[in-house]
Amino acid sequence: MEHKDIAINGDSAIAMAWKQINPDVCAAYPITPQTIIVERFSDYVADGEVSTEFVCTESEHSALTLCIASAAAGARTVTATASVGLGYMWEMLGIASGLRMPLTMAVSNRTLSAPINIHCDHGDAMASRDAGWLMIFAENVQEAYDNAIIALRIAEHKDVQLPMMTCLDGFILTHAIERMTPIDTHDVKEFVGEYKPVYPLLDLKNPVTYGVMDSPDFFYEHRYQMKMAMDAALDVTEKVFKDFAKMTGRKYSLVEEYKCDDADYVAVCLGSTFGTMKATVDILRKEGKKVGVMMPRLYRPLPSKDIAKAVKGKKGVAVMDKFMTLGGYSPLYEDVVASAVCLDKMPEMYSYVYGLGGRDARVDVLKTVFTDMIDKKAKKVNYLGVKL
Amino acid sequence: MSLVPGGRVIEPGSALKFETGDWRSFRPILDREACIDCMTCWIYCPDDSVIVNDGKFCDFRMTHCKGCGICAKVCPKKAITMVLE
Repeated sequence: MEHKDIAINGDSAIAMAWKQINPDVCAAYPITPQTIIVERFSDYVADGEVSTEFVCTESEHSALTLCIASAAAGARTVTATASVGLGYMWEMLGIASGLRMPLTMAVSNRTLSAPINIHCDHGDAMASRDAGWLMIFAENVQEAYDNAIIALRIAEHKDVQLPMMTCLDGFILTHAIERMTPIDTHDVKEFVGEYKPVYPLLDLKNPVTYGVMDSPDFFYEHRYQMKMAMDAALDVTEKVFKDFAKMTGRKYSLVEEYKCDDADYVAVCLGSTFGTMKATVDILRKEGKKVGVMMPRLYRPLPSKDIAKAVKGKKGVAVMDKFMTLGGYSPLYEDVVASAVCLDKMPEMYSYVYGLGGRDARVDVLKTVFTDMIDKKAKKVNYLGVKL
Repeated sequence: MSLVPGGRVIEPGSALKFETGDWRSFRPILDREACIDCMTCWIYCPDDSVIVNDGKFCDFRMTHCKGCGICAKVCPKKAITMVLE
């Protein structure tokens, strides 16, 4: 069915996706810049537009605990959070993944305190990157909406059965209104399909016990099964992307590349910066500079082989982290460097920390990422725009 | 190794097959003369370690008894004593 484009912010777009999915359960606690998601969605619940059981919990820890319980019961479950809210969920993140609960959570990326700051960086997501959750990032509102639908198919796949975070940049995407093409509700429902839970607690004919003590004889193997599920998620995601393209015409890849084929110098980034970097690349291309940019849309599992392929033969690779590991190298840099180790000749690898606590990363600043590499001015680790 | 993902146990009552009595420090000993078959020990045992038949105390199930001593503590006739293994 033909659908007219709409103007919508990223948070409302996710609430809209959930309305179309009509999940069984949503439990959440409000936190900026995620609040609009659950506010809008609670409107849909109150107005009877969905049949979702909506639970207002007293904290994020309780919200995720309830989501885990409802997913264990056999319900299709969604939630959303941001920043220290995600931090407060941290204990339960590993329980959701360890118990193999395929719930989905929108994360409106905001930095972690202190000093307190409500603006965007990837501090919340990066602090949770090893919790056994699948993670996907959005460049724009359209992708934030699409990811909220795509995530269910990946998380719930029988070979995966892991929870998934769909990350969108706080304020830049959550609150800014962009043009978006929604999918017909009937098509969304058909795409996500009927939820078939694995070993649900409420299957009274087949009793199941969740959360039993795991001895040293089995714990390692259960973790290894999660690793195998992560491996499987790479293929599953590619298949789901193909199905999604058939439905919408929007083609997604594990690693999105922009003008990288003939580029000498490339940058790697996550989230909305990918869009600004495309504009930066266009400007520099007009000046005759052979530059490109890429984004690992799927961040966990890391599409390591695709990253290695994309950076192969480049003179320089700038890896941009909207997060600063204190006392070590930042996560995306480590991921890209480790991915490229398999290459016969490693390109020069530079770490660029940028945009912390909502610091604007505009074209004029981002241009220096490429010009520094070209002019041999780039250091091993660079702190873009820091005033100290 | 065939393992259910997530450490879930998909077979009901499987605790019966998993013996847990091997790390006990004390074991319960019953004085049959003093026992009045009141079943208090059977009610209070946190595991499944008091075997009862026809309303009569039969034995302790030592494959599951962890020696916690609750049975001895609650026995109204002090018919159960805990002895060092």
